[in-house]
Amino acid sequence: MAENIRFHFDVDGENFTSAGEASVAVKKKLRQLGFPPDVIRKVSIAMYEGEINMVIHADGGTADVEVTDDEIVIILADHGPGIPNVEMAMQEGFSTARDNIRALGFGAGMGLPNMKKYTDEMNIDTEVGVGTTITMKVYL
Amino acid sequence: MKIGEIKELLNAELLCGEEYLDHDVFAACCSDMMSDVLAFVKDQGVLLTGLLNSQVIRTANMMDMVCIVIVRNKVPTEEMIELASDTGLVLMRSPLRAYEASGVLYYAGLGRREEDG
Ligand SMILES: Nc1ncnc2c1ncn2[C@@H]1O[C@H](COP(=O)(O)OP(=O)(O)OP(=O)(O)O)[C@@H](O)[C@H]1O
Ligand SMILES: [Mg+2]
Repeated sequence: MAENIRFHFDVDGENFTSAGEASVAVKKKLRQLGFPPDVIRKVSIAMYEGEINMVIHADGGTADVEVTDDEIVIILADHGPGIPNVEMAMQEGFSTARDNIRALGFGAGMGLPNMKKYTDEMNIDTEVGVGTTITMKVYL
Repeated sequence: MKIGEIKELLNAELLCGEEYLDHDVFAACCSDMMSDVLAFVKDQGVLLTGLLNSQVIRTANMMDMVCIVIVRNKVPTEEMIELASDTGLVLMRSPLRAYEASGVLYYAGLGRREEDG
Protein backbone atom coordinates (compact mmCIF):
# COMPACT_ATOMS: atom_id res chain seq x y z
CA MET A 1 0.00 0.00 0.00
CA ALA A 2 0.92 3.65 -0.30
CA GLU A 3 2.91 5.35 2.42
CA ASN A 4 1.03 6.57 5.46
CA ILE A 5 -0.25 10.12 5.31
CA ARG A 6 1.03 12.43 8.07
CA PHE A 7 0.08 15.91 9.24
CA HIS A 8 1.94 18.03 11.76
CA PHE A 9 0.79 21.22 13.47
CA ASP A 10 2.19 23.58 16.07
CA VAL A 11 -0.61 24.68 18.37
CA ASP A 12 -0.15 28.24 19.61
CA GLY A 13 -0.88 28.49 23.31
CA GLU A 14 -1.10 32.26 23.31
CA ASN A 15 -3.95 32.56 20.90
CA PHE A 16 -7.38 31.31 21.96
CA THR A 17 -9.02 32.74 18.84
CA SER A 18 -7.00 30.52 16.53
CA ALA A 19 -7.36 27.41 18.73
CA GLY A 20 -8.90 24.60 16.74
CA GLU A 21 -7.38 25.56 13.40
CA ALA A 22 -5.37 22.34 13.24
CA SER A 23 -8.53 20.29 13.72
CA VAL A 24 -10.33 22.29 11.05
CA ALA A 25 -7.43 21.63 8.66
CA VAL A 26 -7.42 17.90 9.43
CA LYS A 27 -11.16 17.70 8.91
CA LYS A 28 -10.79 19.33 5.52
CA LYS A 29 -8.01 16.94 4.48
CA LEU A 30 -9.90 13.86 5.62
CA ARG A 31 -12.87 15.06 3.56
CA GLN A 32 -10.67 15.43 0.51
CA LEU A 33 -9.34 11.92 1.11
CA GLY A 34 -12.92 10.67 1.02
CA PHE A 35 -13.34 9.19 4.50
CA PRO A 36 -16.90 8.51 5.75
CA PRO A 37 -18.56 11.46 7.55
CA ASP A 38 -18.87 9.64 10.89
CA VAL A 39 -15.16 8.77 10.94
CA ILE A 40 -14.27 12.36 10.09
CA ARG A 41 -16.57 13.69 12.79
CA LYS A 42 -15.11 11.40 15.48
CA VAL A 43 -11.53 12.32 14.59
CA SER A 44 -12.22 16.03 14.36
CA ILE A 45 -14.22 16.33 17.58
CA ALA A 46 -11.65 14.35 19.59
CA MET A 47 -8.76 16.31 18.13
CA TYR A 48 -10.53 19.64 18.61
CA GLU A 49 -11.17 18.93 22.30
CA GLY A 50 -7.53 17.95 22.76
CA GLU A 51 -6.30 20.99 20.87
CA ILE A 52 -8.43 23.33 22.98
CA ASN A 53 -7.14 21.62 26.14
CA MET A 54 -3.55 22.25 25.07
CA VAL A 55 -4.35 25.92 24.59
CA ILE A 56 -6.34 26.52 27.78
CA HIS A 57 -4.47 24.18 30.14
CA ALA A 58 -0.95 23.76 28.75
CA ASP A 59 0.26 26.84 26.79
CA GLY A 60 0.04 25.02 23.48
CA GLY A 61 1.91 22.07 22.01
CA THR A 62 2.04 19.96 18.89
CA ALA A 63 -0.54 17.86 17.05
CA ASP A 64 0.36 14.95 14.78
CA VAL A 65 -2.08 12.92 12.76
CA GLU A 66 -1.19 9.75 10.90
CA VAL A 67 -3.51 7.92 8.56
CA THR A 68 -2.67 4.25 8.07
CA ASP A 69 -4.53 1.51 6.21
CA ASP A 70 -6.65 0.62 9.21
CA GLU A 71 -6.64 3.53 11.64
CA ILE A 72 -6.24 7.26 12.15
CA VAL A 73 -3.81 8.10 14.96
CA ILE A 74 -3.86 11.50 16.70
CA ILE A 75 -0.98 12.46 18.98
CA LEU A 76 -1.23 15.65 21.04
CA ALA A 77 1.87 16.58 23.01
CA ASP A 78 2.50 19.50 25.33
CA HIS A 79 4.98 20.70 27.95
CA GLY A 80 2.27 22.05 30.23
CA PRO A 81 1.68 21.37 33.92
CA GLY A 82 0.63 17.73 33.46
CA ILE A 83 -2.47 16.12 34.95
CA PRO A 84 -2.04 15.13 38.62
CA ASN A 85 -5.00 12.75 38.77
CA VAL A 86 -5.98 11.30 35.40
CA GLU A 87 -8.83 9.21 36.76
CA MET A 88 -10.43 12.33 38.22
CA ALA A 89 -9.76 14.39 35.09
CA MET A 90 -11.55 11.74 33.01
CA GLN A 91 -14.78 12.16 34.96
CA GLU A 92 -17.58 14.10 33.29
CA GLY A 93 -17.84 17.53 34.89
CA PHE A 94 -14.37 17.62 36.44
CA SER A 95 -12.57 20.82 35.48
CA THR A 96 -9.90 23.07 36.92
CA ALA A 97 -10.83 25.85 34.49
CA ARG A 98 -11.44 29.23 36.09
CA ASP A 99 -14.16 31.75 35.31
CA ASN A 100 -12.12 33.44 32.58
CA ILE A 101 -12.03 30.15 30.64
CA ARG A 102 -15.68 29.38 31.37
CA ALA A 103 -16.57 32.77 29.93
CA LEU A 104 -15.00 31.58 26.68
CA GLY A 105 -17.32 28.56 26.55
CA PHE A 106 -14.95 25.92 27.94
CA GLY A 107 -14.50 24.33 31.34
CA ALA A 108 -17.55 22.05 31.49
CA GLY A 109 -15.26 19.12 32.23
CA MET A 110 -16.49 17.27 29.15
CA GLY A 111 -13.47 17.39 26.85
CA LEU A 112 -11.52 14.33 27.98
CA PRO A 113 -14.70 12.20 28.34
CA ASN A 114 -15.69 13.28 24.82
CA MET A 115 -12.25 12.33 23.48
CA LYS A 116 -12.62 8.90 25.05
CA LYS A 117 -16.15 8.50 23.74
CA TYR A 118 -15.36 9.36 20.13
CA THR A 119 -12.19 7.31 19.76
CA ASP A 120 -11.53 3.56 19.82
CA GLU A 121 -8.36 3.86 21.88
CA MET A 122 -7.05 6.65 24.08
CA ASN A 123 -3.90 6.75 26.15
CA ILE A 124 -2.82 9.59 28.43
CA ASP A 125 0.84 9.83 29.28
CA THR A 126 1.34 12.66 31.75
CA GLU A 127 3.78 13.83 34.37
CA VAL A 128 3.28 16.79 36.67
CA GLY A 129 5.66 19.62 35.76
CA VAL A 130 6.78 17.88 32.57
CA GLY A 131 3.80 17.66 30.23
CA THR A 132 1.12 15.53 28.69
CA THR A 133 0.96 13.35 25.58
CA ILE A 134 -2.41 12.02 24.52
CA THR A 135 -2.62 9.35 21.84
CA MET A 136 -5.98 8.55 20.28
CA LYS A 137 -6.92 6.04 17.59
CA VAL A 138 -10.00 5.80 15.43
CA TYR A 139 -10.31 2.50 13.56
CA LEU A 140 -11.20 2.52 9.90
CA MET B 1 -37.92 22.09 9.64
CA LYS B 2 -36.44 24.48 7.07
CA ILE B 3 -33.79 26.91 8.27
CA GLY B 4 -35.94 29.69 6.83
CA GLU B 5 -38.76 28.70 9.19
CA ILE B 6 -36.38 28.97 12.13
CA LYS B 7 -35.53 32.49 11.06
CA GLU B 8 -39.23 33.42 10.92
CA LEU B 9 -40.13 31.70 14.21
CA LEU B 10 -37.29 33.39 16.08
CA ASN B 11 -37.82 36.73 14.38
CA ALA B 12 -34.15 36.58 13.52
CA GLU B 13 -31.86 38.73 11.43
CA LEU B 14 -29.78 36.81 8.91
CA LEU B 15 -26.02 37.53 8.99
CA CYS B 16 -24.85 35.02 6.40
CA GLY B 17 -25.86 31.88 4.54
CA GLU B 18 -28.98 33.06 2.74
CA GLU B 19 -28.47 30.36 0.11
CA TYR B 20 -29.10 27.61 2.69
CA LEU B 21 -32.46 28.81 4.04
CA ASP B 22 -34.35 26.00 2.32
CA HIS B 23 -32.18 23.30 3.93
CA ASP B 24 -33.85 20.92 6.37
CA VAL B 25 -32.72 20.46 9.97
CA PHE B 26 -33.91 17.80 12.41
CA ALA B 27 -32.67 18.74 15.87
CA ALA B 28 -31.14 21.58 17.83
CA CYS B 29 -28.96 22.12 20.85
CA CYS B 30 -28.71 25.11 23.17
CA SER B 31 -25.65 25.82 25.33
CA ASP B 32 -22.92 28.31 26.11
CA MET B 33 -20.47 25.50 26.93
CA MET B 34 -18.95 24.14 23.75
CA SER B 35 -17.91 20.75 25.17
CA ASP B 36 -21.51 20.14 26.17
CA VAL B 37 -22.45 20.73 22.56
CA LEU B 38 -19.67 18.40 21.39
CA ALA B 39 -20.94 15.62 23.66
CA PHE B 40 -24.08 14.91 21.64
CA VAL B 41 -23.77 13.93 18.02
CA LYS B 42 -27.33 13.38 16.86
CA ASP B 43 -28.20 15.18 13.69
CA GLN B 44 -28.14 18.43 15.61
CA GLY B 45 -28.36 20.89 12.80
CA VAL B 46 -28.83 24.02 14.87
CA LEU B 47 -26.83 25.56 17.70
CA LEU B 48 -28.47 28.22 19.86
CA THR B 49 -25.99 30.11 22.00
CA GLY B 50 -25.23 33.38 23.72
CA LEU B 51 -21.49 32.82 23.43
CA LEU B 52 -19.59 35.08 21.06
CA ASN B 53 -16.24 33.86 19.80
CA SER B 54 -14.70 31.95 16.94
CA GLN B 55 -14.95 28.65 18.86
CA VAL B 56 -18.73 28.75 18.43
CA ILE B 57 -18.25 28.51 14.67
CA ARG B 58 -15.53 25.85 14.91
CA THR B 59 -17.65 23.75 17.27
CA ALA B 60 -20.52 23.86 14.78
CA ASN B 61 -18.07 22.93 11.99
CA MET B 62 -16.75 19.94 13.95
CA MET B 63 -20.31 18.74 14.54
CA ASP B 64 -21.37 19.25 10.91
CA MET B 65 -24.06 21.63 12.12
CA VAL B 66 -25.56 23.93 9.53
CA CYS B 67 -27.07 26.84 11.45
CA ILE B 68 -26.13 29.00 14.45
CA VAL B 69 -28.58 31.27 16.23
CA ILE B 70 -27.11 33.94 18.49
CA VAL B 71 -29.71 34.75 21.14
CA ARG B 72 -30.61 38.01 22.92
CA ASN B 73 -29.62 40.08 19.92
CA LYS B 74 -25.96 39.90 20.81
CA VAL B 75 -23.73 41.06 17.99
CA PRO B 76 -21.25 38.50 16.65
CA THR B 77 -17.74 39.61 15.75
CA GLU B 78 -16.76 40.23 12.13
CA GLU B 79 -14.45 37.24 12.44
CA MET B 80 -17.36 34.97 13.42
CA ILE B 81 -19.39 36.10 10.43
CA GLU B 82 -16.42 35.58 8.12
CA LEU B 83 -15.65 32.10 9.50
CA ALA B 84 -19.31 31.12 9.27
CA SER B 85 -19.67 32.29 5.72
CA ASP B 86 -16.37 30.63 4.67
CA THR B 87 -17.55 27.31 6.06
CA GLY B 88 -21.05 27.36 4.62
CA LEU B 89 -22.95 28.02 7.83
CA VAL B 90 -26.11 30.02 8.34
CA LEU B 91 -25.59 32.62 11.08
CA MET B 92 -28.49 34.61 12.50
CA ARG B 93 -29.32 36.64 15.59
CA SER B 94 -32.60 36.62 17.45
CA PRO B 95 -33.99 39.01 20.07
CA LEU B 96 -35.34 36.03 22.04
CA ARG B 97 -33.59 34.69 25.13
CA ALA B 98 -32.06 31.21 24.96
CA TYR B 99 -34.88 29.65 26.95
CA GLU B 100 -37.59 31.27 24.83
CA ALA B 101 -35.90 30.54 21.53
CA SER B 102 -35.46 26.87 22.46
CA GLY B 103 -39.07 26.67 23.62
CA VAL B 104 -40.40 28.18 20.40
CA LEU B 105 -38.48 25.72 18.22
CA TYR B 106 -39.33 22.75 20.42
CA TYR B 107 -43.01 23.66 20.45
CA ALA B 108 -42.93 23.96 16.66
CA GLY B 109 -41.69 20.35 16.57
CA LEU B 110 -37.93 20.68 16.02
CA GLY B 111 -36.08 17.76 17.61
CA ARG B 112 -39.12 16.71 19.57
CA ARG B 113 -39.11 13.09 20.56
CA GLU B 114 -41.92 10.89 19.24
CA GLU B 115 -43.11 9.88 22.71
CA ASP B 116 -43.61 13.53 23.69
CA GLY B 117 -46.29 13.81 21.00
N1 LIG C 1 -3.25 19.04 28.20
C1 LIG C 1 -3.54 19.20 29.49
N2 LIG C 1 -2.59 19.65 30.36
C2 LIG C 1 -2.87 19.83 31.67
N3 LIG C 1 -4.07 19.58 32.22
C3 LIG C 1 -5.06 19.14 31.41
C4 LIG C 1 -4.85 18.93 30.01
N4 LIG C 1 -6.00 18.47 29.48
C5 LIG C 1 -6.88 18.40 30.50
N5 LIG C 1 -6.33 18.79 31.66
C6 LIG C 1 -6.96 18.80 33.00
O1 LIG C 1 -8.05 17.90 32.99
C7 LIG C 1 -9.26 18.61 33.32
C8 LIG C 1 -10.42 18.00 32.55
O2 LIG C 1 -10.25 18.21 31.16
P1 LIG C 1 -11.54 18.27 30.22
O3 LIG C 1 -11.09 18.56 28.86
O4 LIG C 1 -12.35 17.05 30.45
O5 LIG C 1 -12.37 19.49 30.83
P2 LIG C 1 -12.11 21.05 30.68
O6 LIG C 1 -11.12 21.31 29.60
O7 LIG C 1 -11.80 21.61 32.00
O8 LIG C 1 -13.54 21.56 30.21
P3 LIG C 1 -14.22 21.32 28.75
O9 LIG C 1 -13.37 20.35 28.03
O10 LIG C 1 -15.58 20.80 29.04
O11 LIG C 1 -14.25 22.65 28.11
C9 LIG C 1 -8.98 20.04 32.99
O12 LIG C 1 -9.80 20.95 33.70
C10 LIG C 1 -7.52 20.18 33.38
O13 LIG C 1 -7.37 20.29 34.77
MG1 LIG D 1 -11.35 20.41 27.72
